Amino acid sequence: MISARGLRKSFGDFEAVKGIDVEVRRGEAFGFLGPNGAGKSSTMRMIASVSPVSGGQLRILGMDPATDGPAIRGRLGVCPQEDTLDNELNVFDNLYIYGRYFGIDRATCRERAQELLEFAQITDKAKAKVEDLSGGMKRRLTIARSLINRPEVLLLDEPTTGLDPQARHVLWDQLFRLKQAGVTLVITTHYMDEAEQLCDRLVVMDKGLIAAEGSPRELIDAHSTREVAELRFGVGEHEALAGKVEDLGERVEVLPDRLLVYSDHGEDVVTAVLERGLHPLATLVRRSTLEDVFLRLTGRSLAD
Amino acid sequence: MATTTRPARTTRPTGTLSAREGMARQYDYWLTVLKRTWRGGVVSSFLTPLLYVVAMGVLLGGFIEGDPDTLEGATSYLAFVVPGLVASHAMTIAVSESTYPVMGAIKWHKTFYAQLATPLAVRDLVNAFVAFVVFRVAVACAVFMLVLAPFGVFETWWGPVLAWVGQVLVGSAFASLTFAYSARLRSEEGFGLLFRLGVIPLTLFSGAFFPVANLGPVLEWLARLTPLWHGVSLSRMLCVDRVDWSLALLHVAVLAGLTVVGWVLAVRNLDKRLEV
Amino acid sequence: MALVQRIPAPLTPAAATRMLVLRNYVVYRGAWKLFVTGFLEPVFYLFSIGIGVGRLIDTFEFHGEAIPYAEFVAPAMLATSAFNGALLDSTYNVFFKLKYEKLYDQMLATPLSTGDIARGEIAWGLMRGSVYSAAFLVVMALMGLTHSWWAVLALPATVLIAFAFSAVCMAVTTWMKSWQDFDKIQLAQMPLFLFSATFFPIEAFGDGALRWIVEATPLYRGVVLCRELTTGVVTWESAISVVYLVAMGIAGLAVVRRRLDALLLT
Repeated sequence: MISARGLRKSFGDFEAVKGIDVEVRRGEAFGFLGPNGAGKSSTMRMIASVSPVSGGQLRILGMDPATDGPAIRGRLGVCPQEDTLDNELNVFDNLYIYGRYFGIDRATCRERAQELLEFAQITDKAKAKVEDLSGGMKRRLTIARSLINRPEVLLLDEPTTGLDPQARHVLWDQLFRLKQAGVTLVITTHYMDEAEQLCDRLVVMDKGLIAAEGSPRELIDAHSTREVAELRFGVGEHEALAGKVEDLGERVEVLPDRLLVYSDHGEDVVTAVLERGLHPLATLVRRSTLEDVFLRLTGRSLAD
Repeated sequence: MATTTRPARTTRPTGTLSAREGMARQYDYWLTVLKRTWRGGVVSSFLTPLLYVVAMGVLLGGFIEGDPDTLEGATSYLAFVVPGLVASHAMTIAVSESTYPVMGAIKWHKTFYAQLATPLAVRDLVNAFVAFVVFRVAVACAVFMLVLAPFGVFETWWGPVLAWVGQVLVGSAFASLTFAYSARLRSEEGFGLLFRLGVIPLTLFSGAFFPVANLGPVLEWLARLTPLWHGVSLSRMLCVDRVDWSLALLHVAVLAGLTVVGWVLAVRNLDKRLEV
Repeated sequence: MALVQRIPAPLTPAAATRMLVLRNYVVYRGAWKLFVTGFLEPVFYLFSIGIGVGRLIDTFEFHGEAIPYAEFVAPAMLATSAFNGALLDSTYNVFFKLKYEKLYDQMLATPLSTGDIARGEIAWGLMRGSVYSAAFLVVMALMGLTHSWWAVLALPATVLIAFAFSAVCMAVTTWMKSWQDFDKIQLAQMPLFLFSATFFPIEAFGDGALRWIVEATPLYRGVVLCRELTTGVVTWESAISVVYLVAMGIAGLAVVRRRLDALLLT
């Protein structure tokens, strides 16, 4: 569906994407995970065929975005990071008019708009102004709008950023349904739980490059231990204490508010810490997540 | 303390500060606003009316006979049109500065809500806002009158000074009335209508460009009922030195009365609007 | 690859333009009050300056013929309202959609291209403007201010004026950074409106360089074109005006496309 070879994007002197290889297959959910500024959005805009490629090769649905932009865009669905709804149109017209931009005939547009209102669970808001919708509803409308042309590939840039937990779960459920219906999903996110939930395969991006690639499970297995022991000590003590627990796990990370000790047996680490006469204010043993993978690969936390 | 059992409104429109203190505490805010925005006002509040003077007063005026009998006592069309233009200009600035900025402070930037979270009250907000607009009107009109002075359009030295006071009154009347209107408005579409059905017809038919007598008896009386006509007529009679003092008094009374009415409505409307 | 065949876009340029016009029409349907009152502005000017001030003036000479002041001002109002409308649509409205609403960004996620957007916006402005112009022409005719069947051609003339200014102003808008920059637009708009022989004959500028400069400005060309048509005193000057305005519009449109590409396709 999408194939990139040595893909690059630069703005003047700044290189946002520094040569990446990506292959997205039909029907899968593919993720770009990385912090803000990693080059995810630039990559997405190139795939959406609205941003010219600076270098390398990019093929979408077998076509070249440089020459066949309109034809590609006709078969893509794009849900941008910020809702770009038409505030001057009501909810129904947002779907209807947008569909008309694809050259879809009036009757079909009306029919699909009605269906999508239901899909987005905003049927009762059909005549409402966009500005009167809640954040979650706006997001669902944006996604519904990106489906009006029955796209083969749906691009979702940070789909749940800024949504409350409940709204996120509603949205995830809808994305699952789309995937089951055979739509290829391409998702960027800086939430590791989202990536774990939604993506079959993902790449971790950092500073314009791909740091790792695989399924969430593969990435965790390859780059982290099974479990993590989190130890919280008093303010400012973490740096000094890191040395004293270093040998208890495969690796120790110092965060501003806690120490992370990587080990396949977290409980054993905690027991050993207490035996050494250290008294953490709080301890937690958990399974490794993509956050840990990212920390390992880049030395930085995703939340920055 | 109030002895009512209902929960007392946290903010009464009159507040707890003296009117003077309420305004003084906003002095620095408005000074900052002025520093940030005065440049933008140069074109609209100064250059535009000057171009009108040159186009209408000088160039078109060159084709019009300077007959005091047809020009309400002015000896040239330029002398006729200038006092009217400045007065209608005072209205335009007052209206412009009290439309989008008021809606912005309510809806977009929510400045009013932030200010109300302090000891300031609705009345203080209206006072300072209107005072600021009137200040801008006063400066713009003063600069304008000074620039025009060397062109021999004024008959006396004191006439234009009093005319300037009249122009400032026009500003205060329209600023407070427009504030009252804007405070109620939910959508900015209403501003488009205000300009098209209010400001433009007033500018064109309130005697700024031609004697209202030219409109025919019915429309002439209609024009005399508009607030701007009072301002134009006052400004002109003082500038061309043909003062009818009783009429001048009426003009002042009307403009001052409208200012008071506008102010009361502005406080009431803003209080209602910010309540929810 | 042996053979590169371009896949046709799903929409033809004409169809794409129609979709943009449709979008604006749906939006505007809700704002009919603004639409109706927009027509009043030139009428107010005509009554105020044309009739009110006109009582202070006898007649003006236009191409050697004496015409009453109202007949002199009316075609100028026709031309300047086309100008003002086009300017408003293609500066403030376009800037708002470009920078604040991000409307064009969402459109570009569909098969629409930047050229489609430019054509669609301008086409919409022209359609709206021509409704106003037609209404104003009817008012003129009813007031006895038209003197020849040439006046019918004043309608396409206003469309041409609007086209030329829409294209150029939209191009200028793509360089705008903030609302403060609109002072500069006003700085161009007011002098054009007031000094394009709108309210007084070109002779007021004397016979020197100033007059020639004014004669070379686009709004003056539009005003004279309309005036020649409604008064029926048509000369070769009209041909110059038409060519001038067509060239201006085409040049503007080319720049708009390039600029939108540079701004939106980054």
